Amino acid sequence: MAPVAYREAVRSAIADEMEADERVVLMGEDVSQGGVFNVTPGLAERFGDRRVLDTPISELAFTSAAFGAAVRGLKPVVEIMFGDFLGLVVDTLGNQASKYWYLSNEQASVPLTVRSAVGAGASFGPCHSQTPTGLFMAEPGLRLVAPSTPADAYAIMRAAIQDPNPVIVFEHKGLYARKGELDDGGEPGLDRAVLRRAGGDVTIAAALAMVDVALEAAGELAGEGVEADVIDLRTLRPLDGDTIVGSVTRSGRLVVVEEGPPQGGYAAEVVALAVEVAGPLAVRRVTMPDLPIPFAPSLEKDALPGVADVVAAVRALL
Amino acid sequence: MRVTVETPASVERAELARLYLAMARIRSFEDAVMRAFQSGEIRGTTHLCSGQEAVSVGVCEALGPNDCVAATYRGHGAALALGCDPEALFAEFLGRAGGICGGRGGSMNVIDLEHRLLGCFGIVGGSIGAATGAALAAELTGDGTVAAAFFGDGALNQAYFHECLNFAGVRHLPVVYACENNLYGEWTHMDETTAGGRLAQRAEAYGIPWEIADGNDVLAARESAVRAVERARAGDGPTLIEFLTYRHFGHSRSDPAKYRPREEVDSWLARDPLPRLAERLGEQEAEALRADAEREMSAALERARAQAPAAGARTATAGRMR
Repeated sequence: MAPVAYREAVRSAIADEMEADERVVLMGEDVSQGGVFNVTPGLAERFGDRRVLDTPISELAFTSAAFGAAVRGLKPVVEIMFGDFLGLVVDTLGNQASKYWYLSNEQASVPLTVRSAVGAGASFGPCHSQTPTGLFMAEPGLRLVAPSTPADAYAIMRAAIQDPNPVIVFEHKGLYARKGELDDGGEPGLDRAVLRRAGGDVTIAAALAMVDVALEAAGELAGEGVEADVIDLRTLRPLDGDTIVGSVTRSGRLVVVEEGPPQGGYAAEVVALAVEVAGPLAVRRVTMPDLPIPFAPSLEKDALPGVADVVAAVRALL
Repeated sequence: MRVTVETPASVERAELARLYLAMARIRSFEDAVMRAFQSGEIRGTTHLCSGQEAVSVGVCEALGPNDCVAATYRGHGAALALGCDPEALFAEFLGRAGGICGGRGGSMNVIDLEHRLLGCFGIVGGSIGAATGAALAAELTGDGTVAAAFFGDGALNQAYFHECLNFAGVRHLPVVYACENNLYGEWTHMDETTAGGRLAQRAEAYGIPWEIADGNDVLAARESAVRAVERARAGDGPTLIEFLTYRHFGHSRSDPAKYRPREEVDSWLARDPLPRLAERLGEQEAEALRADAEREMSAALERARAQAPAAGARTATAGRMR
């Protein structure tokens, strides 16, 4: 099979689920024309305007409507154009969709998939560059997934749509053009991390575009004789404790790389989980500074975790 | 658009009795809830709909067997009007295992899909989004159902209201927006919070037909709702109905409602929907129905009391397992 881009993998997954299940509908701003990141072109022509819905710029309306439609039997896939706009729908996702299964005493779950483009690196400035996973880390009932390869983007998106619970799929803008084979692995499901590189001296965990940074750092460290496990977390809620603990139990050292501020993110959760289960470990978090994400390319580059930061963090633990 | 204030003339006596009983059940239920709160038996808070029964009954009576409802934290009336089991509701508020949501939701968050209640939403305006979505599902699947949202006057200043009416308006969704205007958002009069001073007319901005109806007259309320449901069912899109009504008590348990002038309260109590219908039905029959409702609710509360407390908070899962 020819390699496909990450954005095409997302599109194929949505198309294949729409083909397989007529309850799946896609909603969002400009989605019939492909949307600003050109993820969904062609779906409206293929499935029609009753299954691919262009919405007003009205995130609360179409996300809450998707929630209500999901309770009534549809399986909506909602595109929130930029992850930064997820703040507009925290009530619907946090107070309604995520709680519905539990609050209703298990009368019904909410098969709602929200997908959103996140991440910095393209100078979109402080309100179009965030990866706001932290907004939802404390929402029982929500699944948060973050694919970093085309194969995962495909498999995780399909699993998210099939899942009976609300799922947020964080797609990284910087990965949309990344190409890869779709059939290079098994079904990842929604709750498994994956070891991208096996070392054993140190564990480096990361998600989305930070996986590349971690892998590059691991390559550099190997030149110094330090072999690293690199974990692609893939799922941020729940975290895959088995994979994380299995690795740190061998290595005794953990560095987590997160494209976000230092407080309240997945890095903190990975560290806490690892220490709690695996006992005393040497740990470091490599994150962005505790600041909004700046616009200027030089400022943004400086704020993003880089290979040198990860290498330095690992060295500090040796 | 029209303002409905006149009671429809010819309604069968048996029909009047049925509607009266439906309202009396809600009144008796709420009275029992209030007593149980005052005695400390029910914890937390509650929002009684006493005085607003005609809206709950009028709107739910207008709906078909597969239509659904999203209501508010002041939703006991809607729940009962849809057929929810009063024992299971009492049990919910008492935190019992047999509660309608197993004691997980409480007074503000009742969900009963078997009776087409998508939920009573604890966040102001949440019901509007849920019903809009149910109507979207109806539109996309062509299943011919209609959804109704209850919400108060306070919700008209929420983003949910404006965004969803725009969305429903532009897609012509089969939804009835039932605004219960009881004049106060929490403790504050709507004149102090609502620009323009008009509620129903806001629908015009979204190309949505509106009506103002007497929310303390169950026949007028139902007639107005029937028109809206027919419009939705015929593919003519949403309607906003503003029901003029009044809550007999404060916003919630902690609110003694001292902000309301005595004369205003008295004038609304004089328009209590139950005595108004009793006048047409006959005092004697009304009294008998009221007694039936009292008995039913007392017995339901007794049975709920006898249930075991809810348990298992640490063994449940927040999501459905595949």
